[in-house]
Amino acid sequence: MFISVTTSLLGGLAVSVRIFLLTLLFALPLGLVICFGLMSRFRVISVPCSLLVWIVRGTPLMLQLISFFYIPGIIGQNIWGGGEAGRTAATVVAFSLNYACYFAVIYKGGIQGVPVGQREAAQVLGLTRSQIFFRVTLLQMIKRIVHPMSNEIITLVKDTSLARIIAVYELTFTGYSFMKSDGIVWPMFYTGVFYLLFVGILTVLFGRLEKRLDYYQG
Amino acid sequence: MTDTILEVKSLRKRFGNNEVLRGITFSLRRGEVLVIIGSSGSGKTTLLRCLNFLETADEGEILVNGDSVFRAGEKMTARQLRESILHFGLVFQSFNLFPQYSVLRNVTLAPSLLETERLRDACRADPSRDFKAERRTMLADVNRRAEELIRTVGLGEKMKNYPFQLSGGQQQRVAIARALAMSPDILCFDEPTSALDPELTGEVLRVIRGLKNSDRTMIVVTHEMEFARGVADRVIYMADGVIEEEGTPEEVFGAPKSEKARAFLASSNLKG
Repeated sequence: MFISVTTSLLGGLAVSVRIFLLTLLFALPLGLVICFGLMSRFRVISVPCSLLVWIVRGTPLMLQLISFFYIPGIIGQNIWGGGEAGRTAATVVAFSLNYACYFAVIYKGGIQGVPVGQREAAQVLGLTRSQIFFRVTLLQMIKRIVHPMSNEIITLVKDTSLARIIAVYELTFTGYSFMKSDGIVWPMFYTGVFYLLFVGILTVLFGRLEKRLDYYQG
Repeated sequence: MTDTILEVKSLRKRFGNNEVLRGITFSLRRGEVLVIIGSSGSGKTTLLRCLNFLETADEGEILVNGDSVFRAGEKMTARQLRESILHFGLVFQSFNLFPQYSVLRNVTLAPSLLETERLRDACRADPSRDFKAERRTMLADVNRRAEELIRTVGLGEKMKNYPFQLSGGQQQRVAIARALAMSPDILCFDEPTSALDPELTGEVLRVIRGLKNSDRTMIVVTHEMEFARGVADRVIYMADGVIEEEGTPEEVFGAPKSEKARAFLASSNLKG
C-alpha cells in the first residue's frame, strides 16, 4: 500500500512541479514587463497596469483560476479542451498572471531601492537605457529582492494545490483521492512530506543565491 | 578664439516656481580649469547637471568645439543625446561607483560597451572584417588603458578590489579614472571632496591637480577655497542662479568687486 501511494503521490508531485516551473518561467519575465508598465511615465500604460495589479492582487487566486478555466467555455470558445493538458495550461496561465503581478511589485521596490546616483553615473558615462538596466541596475535589484522573492516562490509551491479545483491531479488532489476511493487519511498527511522536501530544496537554493551575491556590498 | 572648447549661452532652468539658473553665459578655452564657487543653492550643481544632461535646461544653448550639442526646445534622438553626453564627464560628490564591479571593471564597463557597439557597426558595414577577433584586441586595449588610468590615480594595487573595500578617497579616485576612461572633452567635478573626511581630501585634490598639468579642460565646483585658488585658471562666483563675479583667481579672491562675493569669501575664510 505504502509503495503504491508513494508512486501515485510522486505522479502528483510531478504535475505540481511542472505547474510550478512553468509558472516561474512565464511569471518572472512577465513581472518585469508589468513592473516597467507600473513605472512608466505615460499614464496610458501605468494606469492599466496598476488596475491589473489591483484586480489580480484583490481577488482570490482560486477565483482567477476558475474564471480562466470556465469563462472561455461560457462565451463559446473553449480554448482549453477537455483533457488534463488543457486544465494544466489554464492553471499555468492563471498562475503566471497572478504571480507576475506580485513579482512586478517586488521588482519595483527593488529597482527603486537602487540609488538614483547609480543610474546617473551610468548615463553620464554614455550607457544606453537598456545597458543601464542590464549592466548596472539589474544585479543590484536582484540582491535587494532575494528575500521577498523567496517568500513568493515558496508560496507558489503550495498554491499549486489550488489547481485541484479544476480537477488537475496535482499532489494534494492525489492524496485527497485516496481518502475518497480507499477511505484512508494518511496519504493526505504524507503529501506534506513532499511539500516540505520541495520547499527545503528551494530554501537551500535561495541560500546559495544569497551567498553568491555576498561578494559585494551596497 | 579657435581654441574655445565650450560655450554656454544664457542657460536657464527652473524647478516649479524656483528658477535655479537665471541666464548663465560663459566660455572655456581648451586646457583651461574653471572653478565655480558659491553658497549652497546658488545653482552650481544644477549647472553641472545641465552640462551633463542629467537635467534639461529650459532655455539656452551649449556648444562644444563650435558645434551645438544642446539647444533648448529642440528634440534630440537618443543617439544624438548620447553623442552630446560623451563630450562631458562628471565626477559626483557621492562617487557612485558600481558596487557589483571590481575597480577595473568600473573603469572598463562604459568604454568596452561603447567600443563594442562602434566595432559592431563598422563590421556590419564592412563584412570582410572579423568582429570577434577585432573585439578581442579592442577589449585588451580598453583594459590596458584602464589599468594605466587606475595607476595614474595611484590605485594600481586595488584593481581587483570592490568599491566597498576602498576608503572614500580611493573610491573618488576610481570615479575620476572611470570618467577619464571615456576621454571627455570637458571633465566636471561636483564637489568631489565634500563627502570625504578631511584627511582624505588631499589625495583627491592631488589627483585633480595632476590632471591640470596634463592639460585637461575641467570645471570644478568646490568649497575648498585654498585648492580653488591654486588650481583655477579662472573663477566664477555664482549667487542666486547668476554669475555674480568672474575673473582670474587673483581678481576674484584678491579683490572681489561685488558685495555678495566679498561677503561669501569673508565667511568661507573664517571657516578655514
